[in-house]
Amino acid sequence: MPKPLERVNDFVVKFANVNGSGSASANTLFGKIILRMGIPATPRNIFPSNIQGLPTWYEVRISEAGWLGSRGGVDLMVPMNPQTWDQDMASVEPGGYVLYDSTKPLPPSKFRDDVTVLGVPLTEMCNAAYTDPRQRQLFKNVMYVGALAALLDMEVEVVEKLIAEQFWGKEKLIKPNIAAMHMGRDWALKNLPCPIGLRLKRVDKVGDRIMVEGNSAAALGAVYGGATVCAWYPITPSSSLAEAFTSHCKRFRVDQTSSKRKYAIVQAEDELASIGMVIGAGWNGARAFTSTSGPGISLMQEFIGLAYFAEIPAVIFDVQRGGPSTGMPTRTQQCDLLSAAYASHGDTKHVLLLPEDPKECFDFGAQAFDLADRLQTPIFVMLDLDIGMNERLCAPFKWDDARRMDRGKVMTAKDLDSGKPFGRYLDVDGDGIPYRTYPGTHPTRGAFFTRGTTKDQYARYTEEGPAYIENMTRLLRKFDTAKTLVPQPIRRDAAQPTRLGAIYYGSTSPAMDEALHRLAGEGVHLNTLRLRAFPFHQDVTAFCAAHDRVFVVEQNRDGQMRTLLMSECGIDPAKLAPVLHYDGTPITAKFIAETIAEKANVVPFRKAVS
Amino acid sequence: MSYLPKPKFRHPGLQKNKLGYTRRDYEGSVSTLCAGCGHDSISAAIIQACYELDLEPHRLAKLSGIGCSSKTPTYFLGQSHGFNSVHGRMPSVLTGANLANRDLIYLGVSGDGDSASIGLGQFAHAIRRGVDMLYVVENNGVYGLTKGQFSATADAGSKSKWGADNNDSPIDMVALALQLGATYVARSFSGDKQQLVPLIKGALGHRGAAFIDCISPCVAFNNHAGSTKSFDYVREHNEAVNALDYMPVRSEIKADYAEGALEQVTQHDGSVLNLYKLARDYDVHDRIAAMTYLQKKNAKGEIATGLLYVDSSPKDLHAHLQTVEGPLNLLGDADLIPGAAALEKFNAARR
Ligand SMILES: Cc1ncc(C[n+]2csc(CCOP(=O)(O)OP(=O)(O)O)c2C)c(N)n1
Ligand code: SF4
Ligand SMILES: [Mg+2]
Repeated sequence: MPKPLERVNDFVVKFANVNGSGSASANTLFGKIILRMGIPATPRNIFPSNIQGLPTWYEVRISEAGWLGSRGGVDLMVPMNPQTWDQDMASVEPGGYVLYDSTKPLPPSKFRDDVTVLGVPLTEMCNAAYTDPRQRQLFKNVMYVGALAALLDMEVEVVEKLIAEQFWGKEKLIKPNIAAMHMGRDWALKNLPCPIGLRLKRVDKVGDRIMVEGNSAAALGAVYGGATVCAWYPITPSSSLAEAFTSHCKRFRVDQTSSKRKYAIVQAEDELASIGMVIGAGWNGARAFTSTSGPGISLMQEFIGLAYFAEIPAVIFDVQRGGPSTGMPTRTQQCDLLSAAYASHGDTKHVLLLPEDPKECFDFGAQAFDLADRLQTPIFVMLDLDIGMNERLCAPFKWDDARRMDRGKVMTAKDLDSGKPFGRYLDVDGDGIPYRTYPGTHPTRGAFFTRGTTKDQYARYTEEGPAYIENMTRLLRKFDTAKTLVPQPIRRDAAQPTRLGAIYYGSTSPAMDEALHRLAGEGVHLNTLRLRAFPFHQDVTAFCAAHDRVFVVEQNRDGQMRTLLMSECGIDPAKLAPVLHYDGTPITAKFIAETIAEKANVVPFRKAVS
Repeated sequence: MSYLPKPKFRHPGLQKNKLGYTRRDYEGSVSTLCAGCGHDSISAAIIQACYELDLEPHRLAKLSGIGCSSKTPTYFLGQSHGFNSVHGRMPSVLTGANLANRDLIYLGVSGDGDSASIGLGQFAHAIRRGVDMLYVVENNGVYGLTKGQFSATADAGSKSKWGADNNDSPIDMVALALQLGATYVARSFSGDKQQLVPLIKGALGHRGAAFIDCISPCVAFNNHAGSTKSFDYVREHNEAVNALDYMPVRSEIKADYAEGALEQVTQHDGSVLNLYKLARDYDVHDRIAAMTYLQKKNAKGEIATGLLYVDSSPKDLHAHLQTVEGPLNLLGDADLIPGAAALEKFNAARR
């Protein structure tokens, strides 16, 4: 038997549960305890597409060093689902630990001799203490948290305080939950060798950071961005964004005196209707958005083109997942880049924002509405399941109370009365962005007819070629203007001069940070550029020109960002080396470091990192 | 390019309405539809209705899908904002527009292909949500713009211009609208302006989902013998259940009517619908009876027209959503942005 793992504040704990068994709140509690002890931790839900009775996993990576990406592997397994026992048992690292419910004896073949097995008779204790079947189930969850508190040497006061916070407002539940926790803890202290080799020790590495889901953050961004209309159709992993918007609005947007709502949320009949409503509302001067995922983006294509050509502000949150309807709806990927960037027929290009974490989901979520109004076009905010549906440690949200919504170029009745000429598609300022009017503005001026491409600068119907070309080149000018308004890429240079570069974006960030650290430790240095938006800023081309080889790290099969770099910046494909992770699990530092090392031909490295 | 204002030709016969507008002020650009197309008569009826209602043109937004019928908003109300959206999806665009500003009047114009074929889903859902609008389907039984293919409202057994039979069952938009909860439902005929104008006026004053199925013959592709949407067929087979006279406010009725022959319906905005009953036992407030009556007529190949159903105190989508009184698009930073202090609280709860 290998030596049992001995690690402080640096290990992975994974819970295997049955969906619908009430384990979620106990698991969340576990994650929070670690943070409250000042130790950075990153939880991830792994769940199949079903509601009840099937397996779910909750994985917590604890990392005092602050690595928030997925690590891969499990050091302590809590297999509470008999169905997945074998697979869960097999996933534990040699020298790891297993905490299980020992009520029912299991044959030795069900165990491994290279891991430490810790049995707690959870069911037996619950059955003895409670009679109600639902209580037996729920308290069992809190009980294993108690056992873990003993095994990992958690601060028990923190655990008690968090239980009280979790049931705030439901006071009756606090005491019995604390009691159940102690039952588990006491049993472990008495019967097991506590603490084990994996331990938690208070540090001060969390700072003022907060723990929040990207979808909730983006929805709050929409509230702060002034969105008043939301139309959506349920789809994992984006539904919780619209649901979070609903609850944020209930809190922040209900008029105190009249109880009336300063927002309208419609669950549409499908994604075509969702985007249609968003476009109608945007046309009529309200800030509107939809949240969806890849299949929804596919359905919205025609409308997105209409919004592009008719120049209507719209915000689309795309929480990306793997593949079509029967693909991997509950797995993460960055696979909608191309379908969003060039959505629709005709020559279309769209603005994409690429948040790396919930903080940027909030920031970009709010900024998207200013950009949509300023540029009068659809703006995509590209989240993915990994940041959308998992809580992630991130910088606290900030807001400047002096900030005002930028409603873009809108002519008012006063402007029209002052005799300012109005042509809906006239490029008055040379930035490609025309002026618009809201319907109902003025009795005799400023009305126009909205349609796709058959129009002149005054929105009059025409099928003339020159008018079409004029309009299309103006739209390109507008896209150039967009480059100066969207979030700029962030460059970070290696400690030593290097000819190697790496480009990455979105949820890849934490794994990338860790990979760079590891690679540098082995003498492989890379300068990096984190993309935060499409269209690309000129720095992107400059970065590629300044390096002999640029790794493009992304979570899809076809190197979609690499394709965009090639087609939009004219970069030589031979220079852009793809680093592609697309099995549906979040990308890991190990994968990035190994792939780059291999491609960069650093031979001894491969062993060192594995 | 210099801009030459169109000289206003003042015909002495052109009377001004209360706003000082003539009928011409409600027109749009010159129609490019086929001469004699039923759709042009509907445009004329819309112009007439808005003029008579003293409606401020800029307070109405006109939206449409794609088709000859959907082109018509260019040909009326030139001072109104218009939106020619995508095929079959006008209802969602109109719904969104309405959410943004509940204070405007929304006129959705569509065709039978646009609403009964590709757009059947959106039509149904806009109606069931109770969007405050007038939704007009200019129903000719064919796809005019793509040159005469059958649409989903073509009657089974009707013949195409080229002699092909339609074997599929027709979709009855009126029956659907009734079933889905429209609160003002009418059917009319583009050839009967007398009937159509007051129906449009009543619908524009209605504060809920109003639907008019207007049979509107396509002279290019569906006006032949064997068609059930031709001028001749509709003239012969249409039977009005009532005749409507619209009054902006309640005023005294001069003429004498037989007992029970006149019914007055007061709408939310104070306007009154004077209904002269032609079918004696037809109850315009009874949704279920209306559905049965219409099905019976239908089975006999007859087309019942007139105001078929009205709910005089309808509820609309905004009422369901409990939105604020004013337009959402007028709310400013102070109304919408919770600010830094609220955000600090949000942060604190997540540590
Ligand atoms: C997505 C899409 N599919 C097909 C078309 C082609 N198309 C244009 S109009 C039309 C039918 C219109 O029929 P209807 O709504 O009855 O209008 P009408 O011309 O008869 O007034 C079709 C199929 C289109 N514009 N868009
Ligand atoms: S094709 Fe038919 S519907 Fe279209 S304009 Fe001509 S007559 Fe009217
Ligand atoms: Mg038609």
